[in-house]
Amino acid sequence: MSDPILEMRRVSKSFFSIKALRNVDLTVYASEIHALMGENGAGKSTLMKILSGAYRPDPGGEIRIEGRAVRIDGPLGGRAAGISIIYQELSLAPNLSVAENIYLGREISHSGMLARGAMRSGVGPILERLGADFAPSSLVAHLSMGQRQLVEIARALHARSKILIMDEPTTALSAGESERLFALIRQLRAEGLAIIYISHRMDEVYALGDRVTVLRDGTLVGSLDKPQIRADTIVRLMVGREVSSFYKKDHDPRARLGPPVLAVVDIADGQRVKGCSLTVHAGEVVGLAGLIGAGRTELAHLIIGASPKTSGHVELEGRAVTVRTPGEALDAGIAYLTEDRKALGLFLDMSCLDNINLAVLGRDAKLGCILDRDKARDRANNAFAALGIRAPDVGVPVGGLSGGNQQKVLLSRLLATTPKVLILDEPTRGVDVGAKSEIYTIIDNLAKSGTAILVISSDLPEIIGICDRVIVMRAGRIAGEMRRTATSPFSQEDVMALATGTEQLDAS
Amino acid sequence: MPHDNPSTAEAASAAPGFAVAQEAKRQRARLIIRAAGMLPVLLLLCVGFHFLSDGRFFSGQNLGIVLQQAAVNTVLAAGMTFVILTGGIDLSVGSILAAAAMAGLIVSKFPDLGLLWLPAAVLTGLVFGVINGALIALLRLPPFIVTLGSLTAVRGLARLLGADTTVFNSSIPYAVIGNGSLTLLPGVASIPWLSVIALLVILVSWLVLRRTVLGVHIYAVGGNESAARLAGIKVWAVLIFVYGVSGLLAGLGGAMQAARLYAANGLQLGQSYELDAITAVILGGTSFVGGIGSIWGTLVGALIIAVLSNGLILTGVSDVWQYVIKGLVIIGAVALDRYRLQGSART
Repeated sequence: MSDPILEMRRVSKSFFSIKALRNVDLTVYASEIHALMGENGAGKSTLMKILSGAYRPDPGGEIRIEGRAVRIDGPLGGRAAGISIIYQELSLAPNLSVAENIYLGREISHSGMLARGAMRSGVGPILERLGADFAPSSLVAHLSMGQRQLVEIARALHARSKILIMDEPTTALSAGESERLFALIRQLRAEGLAIIYISHRMDEVYALGDRVTVLRDGTLVGSLDKPQIRADTIVRLMVGREVSSFYKKDHDPRARLGPPVLAVVDIADGQRVKGCSLTVHAGEVVGLAGLIGAGRTELAHLIIGASPKTSGHVELEGRAVTVRTPGEALDAGIAYLTEDRKALGLFLDMSCLDNINLAVLGRDAKLGCILDRDKARDRANNAFAALGIRAPDVGVPVGGLSGGNQQKVLLSRLLATTPKVLILDEPTRGVDVGAKSEIYTIIDNLAKSGTAILVISSDLPEIIGICDRVIVMRAGRIAGEMRRTATSPFSQEDVMALATGTEQLDAS
Repeated sequence: MPHDNPSTAEAASAAPGFAVAQEAKRQRARLIIRAAGMLPVLLLLCVGFHFLSDGRFFSGQNLGIVLQQAAVNTVLAAGMTFVILTGGIDLSVGSILAAAAMAGLIVSKFPDLGLLWLPAAVLTGLVFGVINGALIALLRLPPFIVTLGSLTAVRGLARLLGADTTVFNSSIPYAVIGNGSLTLLPGVASIPWLSVIALLVILVSWLVLRRTVLGVHIYAVGGNESAARLAGIKVWAVLIFVYGVSGLLAGLGGAMQAARLYAANGLQLGQSYELDAITAVILGGTSFVGGIGSIWGTLVGALIIAVLSNGLILTGVSDVWQYVIKGLVIIGAVALDRYRLQGSART
């Protein structure tokens, strides 16, 4: 193999006293698709931000590009060093044209006047090379997500980048768009680019990766070459232990399957959710699987009244209930854990105590409106003990805690309402591995105590590991349902097949 | 492999645990700095003006004047604190104050209803405030636009009420609240009734914000409105409440002015009072984006403005320069707000 195009040696990064990256050695060659995997919080994004110049690495490490040591300073530093990053959330200005976006920050001007024509003809050949089906003058707002990604790639090529980092590029793409993207990535590899491909999806890594590097807790735990790339090896590297011991499911609903608690009947919002029905029994953990955009979160929002229903209704313990607002859902006994705890869940500047008690303040209040501060403190302290929340005091702002502890604080708020039904939307997103396993234990214990639990998750091993039954959604409808039996637990392939609509997932 | 998991997990959690404790200490220190915020500035200003004015600042009489001058703005700023804590703004308080004072004076001239002028003024303020709140909460209009509109519209109504003239009533009931003082030690110390009212308003505001469910909900709406909605908080009710309170306190401010002046003029009364109120709130450390702040900070902020006005007059600074200096203080306050936010958990 030729000389490496990118070498990172002993690169570390700490934030205050927390080490986000420890002595990472990464080598990437030209004409290589290098997959980078790891749990959330493993250090992938920190590594990327160092390469893009958003973070400065701790002294002592070294980054070499084509053999020369470089210092990457500031957001333009990465681009100057030949590195381009395509983020999960695309960083295009939708109100500008394709050409203007590609030239953003390096506009061509003639004596101070913007040279639109020159810019358009400048990007033409690149768009052609990428097989783009839109003109340089198109407005980005009018393009599909797949087309926007092409614009991002065109921008990288236009900057003559030699290393292209892609962060979960297929998240927002349809299956067809993803296929076209893969073909393009292979074409770029053939043209000599090095591509660092970050993904959680095993099938993509199989399909594309020439080499896989796995990060865990800020440390590089292994690099596998193509022949060694196997799902179980990768998962073991990522998790650091056998998967079977990781998920916890002691409760056994077959032994004493409770009565149906939540029944959703033909619910729809006229857009993303097209008539869904499902039932969850007491003491049962039901998974709601599906691809991103299948309408799972939207369905949950309809159930709790966070968005208006156009048809259907919700039954609780056999009786129809009117749920028009999340407040009414909580009063009825349906609690919902949002997938976006920072934007939609927590009050980051407020204390853990306030965050935990928020939903039951009215219930606890003296004379109907005066805060019962002793009760609130007791409740918060009990929640800290019960869920193992690690923070110095219940009075500290929740924004300073780690992802896992924040999630447990949010969960405590829901549990304070003693819900009959708990809807958990991506309960372990952005949570470190240790807290993940603790959250599984909490879910398991809640099921044992008779709570009906619906878990929305894009993490298939998680769904398979903790759920008794899996409901799969596809394009706003329930595509199918699978029950765990003693002889055959449902397989990842079956769920994916239902979610994607193919009869079988080809294992290539 | 399984049995060494717990020990590594403990070892891993011990170090971050320590870091979290450090971070918490830092955050608590930040909270204290935020709470104490402008108090040192206030004290420095007082001492500075005392020397610059050859010792005339710290006299019983002058302090009484400062407190009296701060009173109306303190009341308006208390209402403004509720609004800004939810991330909103109320530009209409000056106009509402004028309209309420006009309504009060007009009612006070009816022979039989005279005694009702005070509730009439306060209620007038409440009504305008609730209208603001309803437009913001139910129609989802931006607070800046709604209250900018009512700033103009209510000013017009205030002029309309008195047919665009000044309304006098030299025998207005309860005039004592405008000009009398509560004697604490006979002949030694007294405190103007206006200031007593302002302090009571601050105290009640503190009770509501810190000791009631509604108070937590106000902070929650300001901290994260979407999360508040998902947590089951009736955001619309909270918003109507805060704008209602702001209007009500503007009405009370109008009553205080009317009692002090025995007169009201729809055009001149309360002009640009909203700016002083907002300045007091921001000086007091309440974040402009909502969710962070305290009513005590607002009190300190209002006192800083009053001390600044009083001190600049005592030291003989010209009227023109007073404007320049007060304007710079506003900008300095917003700069401080930015600086404070940098250290907050919000990222």
